[in-house]
Amino acid sequence: MNALLEVKGLVKSYSGVHAVRGVSFSLQAGEILALIGPNGAGKSTCFNMLNGQIRPNAGSIRLNGEEMVGLPPRTVWRRGVGRTFQITATFSSMTVRENVQVALLSYHRRLWSVLGYAGAAHREEADDLLTLVGMDQQAERPCGELAYGDLKRLELAVALANQPRLLLMDEPTAGMAPKERVELMRLTAAIARKKDMGVLFTEHDMDVVFEHADAVMVLNRGELIARGSPQEVRRDPHVQAIYLGEGLLYDAKHREEAVQ
Amino acid sequence: MKRMMGLALAALLMASGAARAEGEIKVGEINSYSALPGFTDPYRKGMELALKEINDAGGIKGKKLVIISKDDGGKPGDALTAANELVSRDGVVMIAGGFLSNVGLALSDFAKQKKVMYLASEPLTDALVWSKGNPYTFRLRTSNYMQAAMLAEEAAKLPAKRWATIAPNYEFGQSFVAAFKDLLKKRRPDVEFVAEQWPPLNKIDAGPVLQAIDAANPDAILNATFAGDLVKLVREGNTRGVFKNRAVVSYLTGEPEYLDPLKGETPEGWIVTGYPWYSIDTPEHKAFLDAYQQLNKDYPRLGSIVGYSTVKSIAAVLNATDDHSNEGLVKAMKNLKVSTPFGEIVYRGADHQSTLGAFVGKTALKDGKGIMVDVVFKKGADYLPSEDDAAKMRPAN
Amino acid sequence: MDFLLIQALSGLASAASLFLVASGLSIIFGVTRIVNFAHGAFYMLGAYVAFTLTDRFAGPLGFWGGLLVASLVVAALGALMEMVLLRRIYQAPELFQLLATFGVTLMVQDLVVLIWGPDDLMGPRAPGLSGAFSLFGRLVPSYDILLILLGPAVLGLLWLLFHRTRWGVLVRAATQDREMVASLGVNQKWLFTSVFALGVFLAALGGALQIPRTTVTHYMDLSIIVEVFVVVVIGGLGSVTGAFIAAVLVSELNAFGILVLPKISMITVFLVMAVVLVVRPWGLFGKPDAAPRASAGISVRPWKPMSVLERSGVALVVLLAALLPLVSGSYALSVGSEILVFVLFAASLHFMMTVGGLSSFGHAAYFGLGAYGAAFAVTYFGAPMEAALLLGPLLGLAGAVLFGWFCVRLSGVYFAMLTLAFAQITWSVAFQWVEVTGGDNGILGIWPSAWASTPQGFYWLTLAVVVVGVALLRMLVFSPFGFGLRAARDSALRAEAIGIDGKRTQWAAFMVAGTFAGIAGALFAFLKGSVFPETLAIPMSVDGLVMVLLGGIETVSGAVVGAVVYKALAIWLMSQTELSKLVLGGIIVLLVVAFPKGIVGFLEDWRHRRPPAPNGAGPKAAGKAATEAAPVGIAKLEAAR
Repeated sequence: MNALLEVKGLVKSYSGVHAVRGVSFSLQAGEILALIGPNGAGKSTCFNMLNGQIRPNAGSIRLNGEEMVGLPPRTVWRRGVGRTFQITATFSSMTVRENVQVALLSYHRRLWSVLGYAGAAHREEADDLLTLVGMDQQAERPCGELAYGDLKRLELAVALANQPRLLLMDEPTAGMAPKERVELMRLTAAIARKKDMGVLFTEHDMDVVFEHADAVMVLNRGELIARGSPQEVRRDPHVQAIYLGEGLLYDAKHREEAVQ
Repeated sequence: MKRMMGLALAALLMASGAARAEGEIKVGEINSYSALPGFTDPYRKGMELALKEINDAGGIKGKKLVIISKDDGGKPGDALTAANELVSRDGVVMIAGGFLSNVGLALSDFAKQKKVMYLASEPLTDALVWSKGNPYTFRLRTSNYMQAAMLAEEAAKLPAKRWATIAPNYEFGQSFVAAFKDLLKKRRPDVEFVAEQWPPLNKIDAGPVLQAIDAANPDAILNATFAGDLVKLVREGNTRGVFKNRAVVSYLTGEPEYLDPLKGETPEGWIVTGYPWYSIDTPEHKAFLDAYQQLNKDYPRLGSIVGYSTVKSIAAVLNATDDHSNEGLVKAMKNLKVSTPFGEIVYRGADHQSTLGAFVGKTALKDGKGIMVDVVFKKGADYLPSEDDAAKMRPAN
Repeated sequence: MDFLLIQALSGLASAASLFLVASGLSIIFGVTRIVNFAHGAFYMLGAYVAFTLTDRFAGPLGFWGGLLVASLVVAALGALMEMVLLRRIYQAPELFQLLATFGVTLMVQDLVVLIWGPDDLMGPRAPGLSGAFSLFGRLVPSYDILLILLGPAVLGLLWLLFHRTRWGVLVRAATQDREMVASLGVNQKWLFTSVFALGVFLAALGGALQIPRTTVTHYMDLSIIVEVFVVVVIGGLGSVTGAFIAAVLVSELNAFGILVLPKISMITVFLVMAVVLVVRPWGLFGKPDAAPRASAGISVRPWKPMSVLERSGVALVVLLAALLPLVSGSYALSVGSEILVFVLFAASLHFMMTVGGLSSFGHAAYFGLGAYGAAFAVTYFGAPMEAALLLGPLLGLAGAVLFGWFCVRLSGVYFAMLTLAFAQITWSVAFQWVEVTGGDNGILGIWPSAWASTPQGFYWLTLAVVVVGVALLRMLVFSPFGFGLRAARDSALRAEAIGIDGKRTQWAAFMVAGTFAGIAGALFAFLKGSVFPETLAIPMSVDGLVMVLLGGIETVSGAVVGAVVYKALAIWLMSQTELSKLVLGGIIVLLVVAFPKGIVGFLEDWRHRRPPAPNGAGPKAAGKAATEAAPVGIAKLEAAR
């Protein structure tokens, strides 16, 4: 069976410094894959290459066999790749619902239309998406005054607007309460299973990673050093060595709770 | 919503047309008071003096002459708004004024459209009475062409053959240089123009401009810059010795407005047009000078003459006819004679240009100040094309 | 060859003053992010005060001391302005600071005439440097040499100041990251004030040093301010070295340009800027803004179409406006028409600025192109008014298509400056191409058709066009296109990530705004019966900005109110007083301080004012509540599955 996403030999360097060096992996439809690694490992750079924001120096990214390298983000999105950002990016002058409506309008290729009130367009579809992420109660609120966790959820709704085949989530649960994290990831997983959507996400919270990912990849200094099931990765000595200093792998849960 | 409330309110306020007072004749006047106070201040003083004299002597056939002045901010668009207010709201019988050529042309076109007489006081452009002349517009001031002709006459007497020109880069400078070239070539087919510089108005980069002129090695230079640009040009040129052993013919430089700021650095021997108020001994001018200085504790500038003569012309035309309708005034204005501090002038019937003359002389230094010497008064009529020829230059309408 | 060297020296001397003033502006911008329009006013004040001092105290000490004291006095004035005015508006949208400093500029123009009189003033020559020395047989003014040396000297001193003093290090840190400096516990207030004073000092010194070269005039501020902006932008905002290089580049290109094309001076700087910005969008030494300024001004209150009540209110106002000819005279109607024309002009700029987030400094270009388009149609093709009103705006559209393509590649101040450059280039073409445009004498005889030639007729025509135009723009705001445009403004990143081509959307918005400005311009041509280059000039662009900001940048249609208030005020003041600039400037400054959100923004705030929620507490509390409510949503969904 062909992989949904096939990444080969991805390289990116900034003025001589290699941020990502030869990353290759594949992702099946319906699979939930986590990408972890310490700060500065190159996770965000990888993400930005995957959705076309940064052009890799070398390598190939194939979605269902189609080459994606060189396409701008908007075209990558049209091919069915949704994404959320580490630092949320939403339209702060609009309401929650309008944020989703813009994405829907874009998906239905109606953004060049000059007729009609956009606030009335795809309303039900937008509300469905908001219900899906639990934001339906807040549909009328100005996006500019949302709490951070809610913004993350809104981003998810927006990212789902184009019925993506592949969803990229950059730290989707940062800033959320532990209970919310579980809810959000469970939801994402449910959608992935139901729609056969591939999910690639980065995450600092190891509980989230090990509980929800089907597989985990570990990136260190721009290189993939491990890939496998959560249990395999957790036992990998290399991975343990890297994370030892950060103390994230085993006592993450306790730390998080202490902070909260 | 309240969106347009302001509009309605403002309009209502302005709609309360002023009642017409009995025993008054109102004339509208527009000038660049806020933008060009250097010219308009003396101009206004000249107007005030003439107005006082006229009303002290009983006004216009017993009625008081009232002049309503408006500011145009140096913009033709705003001048038109002001003209509209004067004509539609204040009910003036005619309009006058203007300094900038474009303001003059805008007002002249307004006059044609609204059928109201316009007396252009200062604008110099030839288009005003010739290529864009119209039945309702008259012009007082000695025009670009007339002064170019006066200077060309003097320039032709010079031995110089190679000429260079410096003029501000807009219609005024361009048309003046063109007229001068044309007129000089007619008198002296042997001259050639070897260099030209067109600095932007108020932004001359004098050093490089003068170097460029110097490099062409001309025998003589024609200058049409004025005000701040002129001062920069003179200072740089003096220091760099560009004017040394060269004849310079300089337009408007003898006007006190532009000559006085040069103080001790006034270059000597330039051939200029201007207004040597200190050395004119005609009785008309003496009377004007005394009255002016009594009222103002200041000496007159050329603007004062223009303001004074504008009001005198207005009074003359209003006195000349009882029919103060537009047609009546236009009819009376043709071939109207008016006495001014520069002698009697006539508004020519064919092209509506007055025959106001100008003084041509040489610059000199006296007590650390620039003055004009060897002054000759050139009568305007001698430097105008014949009325028949002038009429042919006007559009048929 | 010798000649070229001398020409190069002359160019360097011209660069010196330009550099002094530009470096001051650049330093101020780097730290305070204020685009100080009043910089030219301080340059002029420096010259005036120096004139007074050097006139009173003769001799070398009097002269050089006079220049220095004058610069210090003006720097103190600048510090005063910073403390009294700017401190109140640092948090306002950045264009508001531009507006406030523009108001100050207007006031200063009238004030100097009141204080020093209207005549041009000529100061003394520099003692000991009044002569010239011979180089290759040509004379070079000694004062030029002083200026040539002064440029690099000031550059060096500024370098020392910024790299060898604690203050300078703080300033550089603040240029890079303001928040960081604030967290260091540095008294930011005084840092800003001192930086502002230094910048003003340099401007005043630049002005004072002009005394031996030219006369001091009340319009010398305008003759330099635009060029200084351009130099700063070419060099890269905040970069002193960049300002130096740019000043030299511009002056030298000008010095040699006039040898080949004597008429080029008028547009040299703008050509250089256009080329530089197209090739290097952040100027020669500038860096892209690391963190784009948080859109502090963007309201958290999302826009809504008007309610039925509001619609009927607007309909009533339009009806009243349509009835105006029945009660008022023809002057009021022509003023009304003029105001309406500016309503459409301001609304078009507002669409681009507020909805598109594109702050144009050269919107007059499209207004003027529309006016010239109509005039060309009448003059060269004998078109009737009806056709000319349709054809004219096409020229505005054409300009927007061409210029917009380059401009939307940039953002922020650089975008603003490139729009300015294109507007200036268009203006100078209209100004110089006398054969076609009539130069500054304009094109005359553009009068309306008979049916619209009465003030009433034209007023109704204008009202109809403007009401339809504003309504269309408003429809566009709420259309899917408007949403896409706002999306690209709010977050370019997110917009791109949901398939929106931000640049193309903005380009389209540019064209829309250009076309509507062109319609306003064409109407203006027929209202005035003539067209002049002033319709393309900077003051026209600034008027448009003032109207938008006055109405309220965060509102949907605030520009309509801003235009009505500003234009009515300006016309009335023009008619009533010759100190209109002083009064208008004062009013602008007051409005900026009192209503930083504009008139409509203020009214909306007032209408929506919530019960006493201290700043920021409202949203946070609400956010928390929502967070707690959220899992319910998911639970509900899960249950629904």
